Amino acid sequence: MASGNRFCSRRRVLQLAFAANSGLLLAPRFAQADAKSLADEIRKLYADGKPTDGRIKLDVPQIAENGLVVPIAIDVESPMSADDYVKAVHVFADGNPLPQVVSFRFSPECGKASASTRMRLAQTQNILCIAEMSNGTLYSAKAEVKVTIGGCGG
Amino acid sequence: MATASVPRVRVPAQARAGELIEIKTLISHDMESGQRKDAAGKTIPRQIINRFTASFNGRIVFEADWYTSVSANPYQSFFYRVKEPGAFTFVWKDDNGSEYTATSKLTIV
Repeated sequence: MASGNRFCSRRRVLQLAFAANSGLLLAPRFAQADAKSLADEIRKLYADGKPTDGRIKLDVPQIAENGLVVPIAIDVESPMSADDYVKAVHVFADGNPLPQVVSFRFSPECGKASASTRMRLAQTQNILCIAEMSNGTLYSAKAEVKVTIGGCGG
Repeated sequence: MATASVPRVRVPAQARAGELIEIKTLISHDMESGQRKDAAGKTIPRQIINRFTASFNGRIVFEADWYTSVSANPYQSFFYRVKEPGAFTFVWKDDNGSEYTATSKLTIV
């Protein structure tokens, strides 16, 4: 890829920062999102809603050879009628510098709550997916993706 | 950005009423994450497409908010239940304020 590897250079910078022992202040911004910041992001979206497992088919590869282009497809079970449809699906990657990946917003006209895109993954990590129904119910699904070449061949 | 963003969409030109069609879109864009540094060690500022909107006859039917973890040259696919003839408008919003659009006509057979 002509534009180079984004995460690769980030990691190199991070290593340099640590080596110089000056990275203490910078490090949290570049370090992977920890469980807490991910929980914060989710809380921002849903206040205290508790998602339950199910209804989402999350299709990601078990092993991604190239962390720069990882396909992701989601499919949520729903009649997609005017009064019962999937409003949104949010995707998070807990090992990326910024955990939010994408938010899909559906309408009843979609006919099917299904969408796919491609994402970057810095390393082997969990993909978390939360679906928000029109009545406010939340569902979640999780899958691990092993990334063989996430950044610098790691 | 090295080159101008060129959107490409694949939508069936005609469909039956009630049919579920899949719409596939692709746009060329670096999706600069704001995490990279240049040779001088300066952070390359973030520049991504942050929103994709698909409307049919003026009504928004599908939207996607993209964050920095979306790959370069972002791909997006979704479905649409055909009801009436009309036209799709697809809009990609860039961080720098520009918008890229594409349209596609749909006829009922």
